[in-house]
Amino acid sequence: MENFPFLSVLTLTPLVGAVIVALLPVSAAKDAKGRNRADEAAKWVALVISLLVFVGTMLMFFAFDKNGDRFQFTEDYTWIPSFGTEFAFGVDGIALVMLALIALLVPIVILASWHDGVGGKRSVKTFFALMLALETCMIGVFAVTDVLLFYVFFEAMLVPMYFLIASYGGPRRQYAAVKFFLYSLVGGLFMLAAVIGVYVVSTDQLGDGTFSFEQLTQLDIDPTTQRWLFLGFFIAFAIKAPLVPFHTWLPDAGGQAPIGAAVLLVGVLDKVGTYGMLRYCLPLFPDAAVYFAPWIVGISVAGIIYGALLAIGQSDMKRLVAYTSIAHFGFIALGVFAFTSQAGTGAVLYMVNHGLSTGALFLVVGFLINRRKSSQVADFGGAGKVVPWIAGAFLIAGLSSLALPGTNSFVSEFLVLVGSFATNKAATVIATIGIVFAALYILWLYQRTMQGKLNPEMPKMRDISLRESVVIAPVLVLIVAMGFYPKPVIDVITPAVNFTMNDIDKKDPAPEARDEARSSEEQGDEAKSGAQK
Amino acid sequence: MLSLLWLIIALPLAGAAVLLLAGAPPLRRLGADKWGHYLGSATVGVSFLLAVGAFFALKDRSDRHYEDQLWSFIPVGDLQVDIGLLFDPLSAVFVLLITGVGFLIHVYSIGYMADDPGRRRFFGYLNLFVAAMLVLVLGNNFVSLYAGWEGVGLASYLLIAFWYDRPSAATAAKKAFIMNRVGDVGLAIAIFVLFAQLGTITYDGVFSNVDDLSSVTITVVALLLLLGACGKSGQFPLQAWLPDAMAGPTPVSALIHAATMVTAGVYLIARANPIFSASETAQLVVCIIGAITLMIGCIIGCAKDDMKQVLAYSTVSQIGYMFLAVGLGGPAYALGIAHLLAHGFFKAGLFLGAGSVMHGMKDQGDIRRFGGLAKYMPITAVTFGLGYLAIIGLPPLSGFFTKDPIIEHAFDRPGWTGWVFGGAALLGAGLTAFYMTRLMVLVFFGKKRWTDDIKHPHESPAVMWWPMVVLAVGSVSAGYLFYRGDALSDWLAPVLGEPHEAATHKIEPGVLTATVIGVVVVAALFAAALFWRGTALQEQPVRSPFVIAARRNLYADAFNEAVLEKPGLWLTRILVYFDSRGIDGMVNGLAATVGGTSSRLRRLQTGFVRSYALTMLFGAVAVVAALVAAGWR
Repeated sequence: MENFPFLSVLTLTPLVGAVIVALLPVSAAKDAKGRNRADEAAKWVALVISLLVFVGTMLMFFAFDKNGDRFQFTEDYTWIPSFGTEFAFGVDGIALVMLALIALLVPIVILASWHDGVGGKRSVKTFFALMLALETCMIGVFAVTDVLLFYVFFEAMLVPMYFLIASYGGPRRQYAAVKFFLYSLVGGLFMLAAVIGVYVVSTDQLGDGTFSFEQLTQLDIDPTTQRWLFLGFFIAFAIKAPLVPFHTWLPDAGGQAPIGAAVLLVGVLDKVGTYGMLRYCLPLFPDAAVYFAPWIVGISVAGIIYGALLAIGQSDMKRLVAYTSIAHFGFIALGVFAFTSQAGTGAVLYMVNHGLSTGALFLVVGFLINRRKSSQVADFGGAGKVVPWIAGAFLIAGLSSLALPGTNSFVSEFLVLVGSFATNKAATVIATIGIVFAALYILWLYQRTMQGKLNPEMPKMRDISLRESVVIAPVLVLIVAMGFYPKPVIDVITPAVNFTMNDIDKKDPAPEARDEARSSEEQGDEAKSGAQK
Repeated sequence: MLSLLWLIIALPLAGAAVLLLAGAPPLRRLGADKWGHYLGSATVGVSFLLAVGAFFALKDRSDRHYEDQLWSFIPVGDLQVDIGLLFDPLSAVFVLLITGVGFLIHVYSIGYMADDPGRRRFFGYLNLFVAAMLVLVLGNNFVSLYAGWEGVGLASYLLIAFWYDRPSAATAAKKAFIMNRVGDVGLAIAIFVLFAQLGTITYDGVFSNVDDLSSVTITVVALLLLLGACGKSGQFPLQAWLPDAMAGPTPVSALIHAATMVTAGVYLIARANPIFSASETAQLVVCIIGAITLMIGCIIGCAKDDMKQVLAYSTVSQIGYMFLAVGLGGPAYALGIAHLLAHGFFKAGLFLGAGSVMHGMKDQGDIRRFGGLAKYMPITAVTFGLGYLAIIGLPPLSGFFTKDPIIEHAFDRPGWTGWVFGGAALLGAGLTAFYMTRLMVLVFFGKKRWTDDIKHPHESPAVMWWPMVVLAVGSVSAGYLFYRGDALSDWLAPVLGEPHEAATHKIEPGVLTATVIGVVVVAALFAAALFWRGTALQEQPVRSPFVIAARRNLYADAFNEAVLEKPGLWLTRILVYFDSRGIDGMVNGLAATVGGTSSRLRRLQTGFVRSYALTMLFGAVAVVAALVAAGWR
């Protein structure tokens, strides 16, 4: 099992699926229920392929040796040898849990989008082909250990997502898609410059230039160069993840994207930003990371409060969820740049948990929008009476978003905060105040949509359908299960975070009071022994 | 027996899961609406029996301390958070209170909620509450405490908003959750400080190393814990949510917002007594908070006309007494717990009585519209009356044996602060007697004043009155338990320290007791004389600013609205504007400058998505070409 080329196969499978879906013949033939046969076939192919990827990823997840090498399932194939770049695959615990998240979310999203393209002007087939193409890019970006290849996937992700937003999104989809695209492209350009910079440095130091992650971490880059290269990567990641003030594309993109794409955009794509900070910025440029950390902690905390306050002020449900994510990305970045094993592990776990909780929120919001044909909060009211099970799912997703103990997000938020407190006291205190605002934006949203008097303008709405239950149930079950027993996931993440901590030469601070007590005891002992002498 | 401790939590938790999921369409044929309330009551009943068994098992252990690690919860580096249980004298009394009173209130709810279509859901939430509350008191570390702490917050939220189509209930629930979260921030930061300082968050690890902490750190941690306690227990300045929480069904008010959850703050301070005892400043602040709150509760309680509102403010006030007690520290810790237990009985009984009255009066709660009900609801009147005698603190009922020593210890506090706290506690006792007598007289005695649509006020069914009888018996007999000298404080000694009498008293105990009883009797008689003939049916215009302030909850809500809500709302609005015009405007402006060219380009092409794609493809090819060229240089 260990020798199976999991990563390349998992990366390519959805791409093959996308090609199959794209090549399915277009026909107007209808089946007995009046559905377009070609469209139905496209959906089923997409679903089956994504489920195959899920099974494969789970096999890999359980074959991963959490106490083994840093990178496992490594593969190398020649790409451009003259250039020092290879098709190099390999995952550590951080990438592994993200791959598991992708593999879980894609089939869910495909099933959630089952009827989304139907009846519109756009091709249903293309929608599902794009989804699969997006999955390939997402898996690729986490599965590679070659910096250039990472960059290629990082940029390639934009293309399917761009089309998903621009072709299948809401009324302002063009604006949102272009904004998303331009922002990301600008960030990508900074990163490209830095990637080339790293290559140049490696040529200087090693003779032969390389893009291999492991070799690049061995470089000894002088601090000034490090800072510039760090910034190149970091700006790209800060736009992707988005941190304040690079965030304004997200509410538009998240608000206009079709629900399935929104789940993947906020749940996975944006995590590439925080993942990149942890997996690339820290190990490649340790001195620069330490140098910039106070500033980044500052904008992270600002983002926690700012994103939450803006979420409170939103009147559109999708935009509201997008703003909550900006606050959550603040927590993740805080955890990454706090440089303790608890905060780092918490940040990675947060990436997974946020994918689940925000994914669930977007999915439920999608159910509601499908029924009401509106995403405005004010168009709902008292809906809990009509659709109690959707309301229940909404509440569980919301409670996870506000990090209630018993849900997954509590574990990660607690880890981030308890880990950050040791190194950044004031920032952590401010960040903790953010949990009050989190309660406010979630519960107020819930009150305005689900509680209170029934809004008379709401049409008759069906409660949750079987398909929707199948979509949302696994996410909710995971939210609760990982709230009670997160250890299996934590145990995979922590060793990888410790490797990263070693890269930047940081250790967990010792308990302060114990430390003082011990040192004063030692001094006392010395004094005693001195007196004896 | 002790190894079955986990079942005490697991049973109600499983009950909650079954009850809430059983409403799903595929499971509906199980007919859970018909048996759900029995299941819900049974889980708590069995938990109570297990708790009794565990209690006796604990009694047999010489160290009266039992810990059980269940599973590893959050293990990262030095941080090792386990799900573990701690059963010691302090948690034992809480577990008995929660499951015992909880069971009675479950049974009562069978009758009270009989006509409500959401009864199954109600019992699901109640079971969830019991489970979370047990996690809170049974955990052996601060993270478990926090988990239970927020868990009861959720259950409280769900139950206050049980009738979620009522806007007032939904708003009250949200208010409760958010004000609690303000307190939770304090609790959370306290945990962070403890971990950063000591590298552990277990009770054992923290309490045995308090000496290593600097005195400033201890005070900071204690005050942060106190903030959490104030939120959960409705203490000043976070008291405003508790009276609003009465929007929930009355059994909820009895169980959560009187007997158990709101006393969690007292539990926290008693549990963390090694920290509080090490900081005089923190103890003083606890006393101040307790004294202020007990006065606030009494004053507002005198001005309220809704039965549940009066009881809610009396809860605020009685918990103020408990805070005062645990703030005094030393032997008074046990007094706080004693008063908490006694209060658990009589206040739960009073609320159930209020529910019984409202049940018989078409859900009216205005005491000006009652009167003479003793004749129609004899059982309710007697059980309520016993609870009333207990709360005003007349011997030989339980309230006397728990409140009187608190007043005594408050006076005994060294220095002039003793006179202040003692005076406040004594004055509070008088005011309590006044407003509770007013309530008792206006509801049960005098002429009937109810509206015409209520033809026959009636006694509640047996399933409702017998829990009231049990609680009334408890309110009376608990006094005997506390009367027997130091039985409770001896039992709690392994946690709270050995009880010892103060050497000197400022006021001779006999004199003080006589004074307290005198004040209570005079206040009660005064109120009885004032209200025996009933009261005006409309709210009376008043000239005294004091009364106006009391009717408006001493302006706490007005303050919150003016200082927090309105400015907060404006802030978010300004930020939303700033975000779209400021930050985004800047970016769009930049884009427009650059985009002058792109819009011309767009005109050249079709303006379709395809054009962007082509541009992109072209760009990508160009980038790769540049790279390759660079490589071959």
